[in-house]
Amino acid sequence: METNSMTNIDELKKLSTQVRRDILRMVHAVSSGHPGGSLGCVEYFVALYNVVLKHNAVAFTMDGKNEDVFFLSNGHISPVFYSVLAHSGYFPIEELKTFRKLNTRLQGHPTTHEGLPGVRIASGSLGQGMSVGIGAALAKKLNNDQGLIYTLHGDGELQEGQIWEAAMYASANKIDNLIATVDYNGRQIDGDVEKVLSLGNLKLKFEAFGWEVIENNFGNDLSHVISAFEKAKTFVGKGKPIIILMKTEMGMGVDFMMGTHKWHGSAPNDEQLAKALMQLEDTGKDY
Amino acid sequence: MKKYTYTEKKDTRSGFGAGLSELGKSNPNVVALCADLTGSLKMDAFEKEFPERFFQIGIAEANMMGIAAGLTIGGKIPFTGTFANFSTGRVYDQIRQSIAYSGKNVKICASHAGLTLGEDGATHQILEDIGLMKMLPGMVVINPCDYNQTKAATIAIADYEGPVYLRFGRPAIPNFTPTDQKFEIGKALMINEGTDVTIIATGHLVWKAIEAGEILSTRGISAEIINIHTIKPLDTDAILKSVLKTACVVTAEEHQMNGGLGDSVSQFLSRQRPTPQEFVAVNDSFGESGTPDELMKKYGLDTTDIVAAVEKVIKRK
Repeated sequence: METNSMTNIDELKKLSTQVRRDILRMVHAVSSGHPGGSLGCVEYFVALYNVVLKHNAVAFTMDGKNEDVFFLSNGHISPVFYSVLAHSGYFPIEELKTFRKLNTRLQGHPTTHEGLPGVRIASGSLGQGMSVGIGAALAKKLNNDQGLIYTLHGDGELQEGQIWEAAMYASANKIDNLIATVDYNGRQIDGDVEKVLSLGNLKLKFEAFGWEVIENNFGNDLSHVISAFEKAKTFVGKGKPIIILMKTEMGMGVDFMMGTHKWHGSAPNDEQLAKALMQLEDTGKDY
Repeated sequence: MKKYTYTEKKDTRSGFGAGLSELGKSNPNVVALCADLTGSLKMDAFEKEFPERFFQIGIAEANMMGIAAGLTIGGKIPFTGTFANFSTGRVYDQIRQSIAYSGKNVKICASHAGLTLGEDGATHQILEDIGLMKMLPGMVVINPCDYNQTKAATIAIADYEGPVYLRFGRPAIPNFTPTDQKFEIGKALMINEGTDVTIIATGHLVWKAIEAGEILSTRGISAEIINIHTIKPLDTDAILKSVLKTACVVTAEEHQMNGGLGDSVSQFLSRQRPTPQEFVAVNDSFGESGTPDELMKKYGLDTTDIVAAVEKVIKRK
């Protein structure tokens, strides 16, 4: 079992910068993809794969027995997922250059179909990952497997009804080996979540659904992300599903991509890429 | 015409329930999920005997499909149970993405398919499910013909790795296949060898095809009758072999003509061996309330409809 031990915050910050560079270069190369949410979730993924998860990148198995298992429900932020998987050793970093190209394992949205190590479910059509996470959590309980299930969801994604079916089931059935996280960036394709379809008071909603709710108002700060996970883990096995409401900034790290929903699903052109990369220190490790 | 008899009428859903209970004993990885229709699906025996492996999901079929997909990660073999309508159309995208495209080993078990659901009416009488499911790449589609075959199919699909759609129904119908008949996915069963016409039937229409064969034999027509319990993958070898002999074909199913068994047979034959074909199926219509027998008659799925289709197709040779 490999437990990642890269806990030095400076190292993780450097990696975060590299992941942001990867994201921008990946979507630029194919003039498509979703940089906004990807950039906003960099700290989540870097912390998850380098500090939190007990996982085995080198010998990936679909069943993930005795490991922690992660599901990305908002599959459109695949660039950040792929970059962090590659930097964690699931597949060669070089492969990032095939993103969204014909015959790639790095499909526009993540899939098991092409056999990419690290991916256990297809996602992209929203709202399905929490149910899958619950199923995997039930399997772990049946197998007496102490591994935990982690899921990530967009906030706009919570407009899907299946999420609330799953939320109701999870508390009614005490799925307490599941730590879900909401990327609470307040933006979706058509604009602000508040304007498109307000989620209301999300904390109270999940509490009313019987969940243990943890708020992290600094989802782009590695220390806060890590401490939110640590706090979440203290509630494991206590009879309630756990959710972290994680405030992030869509487009984080690139000034002109922040404060707007416009980079949800648009790739930068040559000039914009150059401008963006200037804001992210070159670590000399671009693929 | 080979003689077929039966000692009792039984519903195919009870065959599913019996098969599931046997699997509970023989395969510790088998788990079952139900969306508030445990009694209707005859899953109560499994629930009682293996409560730790039974998951009552409530009326939330989308969540059920997702949970089933997740349970496979960790080696479980989930069998989901609800009505055919709620097993397919209602949750098509969940099945498509989380099960079919993700290649998950989920068995989608669907009762009350077709018109024979009866009095509940068209909201529940799905006649499009075979089409929906056979279009999904990699999905196996099975529609057994009686209690014994449904039980055997239920047991057999646990040993197959991959997504399966198993379709069965509500009414008690003749239980005529042998209890020890082996169920092979994708392998057609010869009901009667004949020379003048091939009747390919699935599900509840297999017994009606046997009845039609008896009537036809009194009129001097020798019907070859094939029980296609697996619509996908289709046993094209058996179909081709038969039509090379008979040169015409009638397909019979409790489903829309669009997208059903007849479609699959036609698609194959048009490429391999263009053959006159008639379709006993529902013709672009919703069902309605009524008894199963009344509905099968009104919508052209009765024994006499098979006989008429045979007489028509023979003239087209």
